[in-house]
Formats: sequence, structure tokens, C-alpha cells
Amino acid sequence: MINGLLGKKIGMTQFYAADGQRIPVTVLEAGPCVVMQKKTVATDGYDSVQVGFDPKRAERVNKPEMGHFKKAGKGAFAHVREFKAQGDDCQIGDQVTCDMFSIGDRIDVTGTSKGKGFQGVMKRWGFSGGRASHGSMFKRGPGAIGQSAWPSKVFKGKKMAGQMGNERVTTQNLIVVDVRPADNLIMVRGAVPGPKNGLVMIRKGIKA
Amino acid sequence: MNIIDRLEMEQIKKDIPSFKPGDTLKVHVKITEGDKQRIQVFQGVCIKRFNRGIASSYTVRKMSGAVGVERIFPLHSPSVEKIEVLRVGRVRRAKLYYLRNLRGKAARIPEKRMA
Repeated sequence: MINGLLGKKIGMTQFYAADGQRIPVTVLEAGPCVVMQKKTVATDGYDSVQVGFDPKRAERVNKPEMGHFKKAGKGAFAHVREFKAQGDDCQIGDQVTCDMFSIGDRIDVTGTSKGKGFQGVMKRWGFSGGRASHGSMFKRGPGAIGQSAWPSKVFKGKKMAGQMGNERVTTQNLIVVDVRPADNLIMVRGAVPGPKNGLVMIRKGIKA
Repeated sequence: MNIIDRLEMEQIKKDIPSFKPGDTLKVHVKITEGDKQRIQVFQGVCIKRFNRGIASSYTVRKMSGAVGVERIFPLHSPSVEKIEVLRVGRVRRAKLYYLRNLRGKAARIPEKRMA
């Protein structure tokens, strides 16, 4: 069976536990998703289930896409993603909802982190930088990046300035605090990558 | 109403009495010891209110012997059974941090005269 679904990050708030403890939670709108296609080793070389999320107006969809959406017959969707699964017990056109999760489950949430642009090493990698005052001429630079005669090169993967954020990030082992199938909402403890209204993939935790 | 507001509304307590910094409060706190539950009372002067919807809180200061003790309570916490307002104080500041430097007679707060 499919082990996850697509959703949207709504935002963060807090919940009170039974003992009065405050729990920081992220609210996620999870599904409903529709099974679009089932891929198998025989036909595609791997097993997966493709789902669509967030209905989209038909006139916004081009003809080739529409042909694919018509196979499921549940309208067009803004987001289509695959989940690794063997779709033995689900049919094309089936709905996937958040009731696959229950309170206390551990889940993994994948999203695209907020973009920070081109950042220096202090913000991007937490380097200390130099002294700010007393005539310092070395403030936010990285310092030395390698040695001279040997190895006489900069090693690959050296932490340097560059693009920060706007990349695929997975947060593992988030605890489900509450599930509301009526509103398609799930609440997880802690933060989730990405901005509000950002697309997230919610899966059963691989470490759970 | 957006989803976050709606979820927060569910947890907001509606029976909180109105009180301000300078008021003397009696806070009844539920304490669980093993499987037994009892009520502990914390009485003191409210020196701060922090208003942020569901995350609102207030600070109560009392003198325990010669030592000042401050406790920060979440306003909507389910572990607070009830809040009693014993005395309404007349103060001219929103945050009464100056009380930390005063003790004895100097740390008294005059009572507000009701019109």
C-alpha cells in the first residue's frame, strides 16, 4: 500500500498536552490525493504509485497533461508526485487521505526549504569569521581554504560561499500530535521545511 | 477564519477573569504526583502580561521569606484550574520589573480606588 501522500504546510502554532506541557506543532493539510498511475517493475523498471494533489482548473492544463489526468478521471491537479510503493491494493482513481496516520506515529516530511540566496560562509556554514573592530581587516571571510605545496589544490566539497536554501530537505521522525480526517489536517511536533503553503511530501517514517 | 486561528480558538479559555499588572492574584495550579492530582496555590503580584493569542502568558511574583519567586504561567494552560483576583493595584507601568529591586514596605502597591 502507498506509504505517504502530498500536502501543504499551513503554518505553526502550539498545542497543550494533557499534562499542560506546551508542544510546538506544524499544521499540514494532507491530501486528499488521487492515485494517477501505478508503475511496476515489469512496465517501468521500478514500483511506484503516482498521486495528484490540489485540484486545478481544466483550462489551465495543456493537452498532453490532460490526457494523463483523464486516465484517473478525477480532474486535473497542480502537483503530481510518485511514492515508492507496490500498488497492489489500490486502483487508479482511488483517494488517499490522511487517515493512514494516527496519533503518535513517526513520519518523515520532505519539502523545499526557504531560499536564502547567495550567502557567505558565516551564515551558510556557521564559520566564526574574524574580529569586527580594532582595525580588523578580516571580517566575514572564510580564511584559508587549503595548503600550499601539498596538496596544492582545494579539496572537493570545501565549505564555501554559495546558494543557501531552496533545496529538497527531509525532516525525519516527526511525531504526529493530532489527525483530523474531516478537515484533512495533521499536526506534527516541530518544524517542517519550506514556506507556508509550500508543497510537502508526507511519508511514514523510515526509522519508525 | 484561517485554519490556524480556528485551531487556536479551540484551546482558548473563555473563563479568564480580567486582570492587569499590579493586581494580586491567586493562581490554582494542578499538580500531578504519580496518579494523584492536587491543587497548589501560588499567590503574588502580577508583574507582566504577554499578549500573543494562544501563546499569551503572565508572570506572578511573590516573596517567599526573603527570596523573590517569579512564575510564568501560560494564560490558556489547562494545568491552571482558576485564577482569582484578590486586589486591584494602581500602577503606572505595564511591566513592573522595578519591584525586583524593592523589598518590604517599598514594594507595596497601592490599591486602585473604584469610582
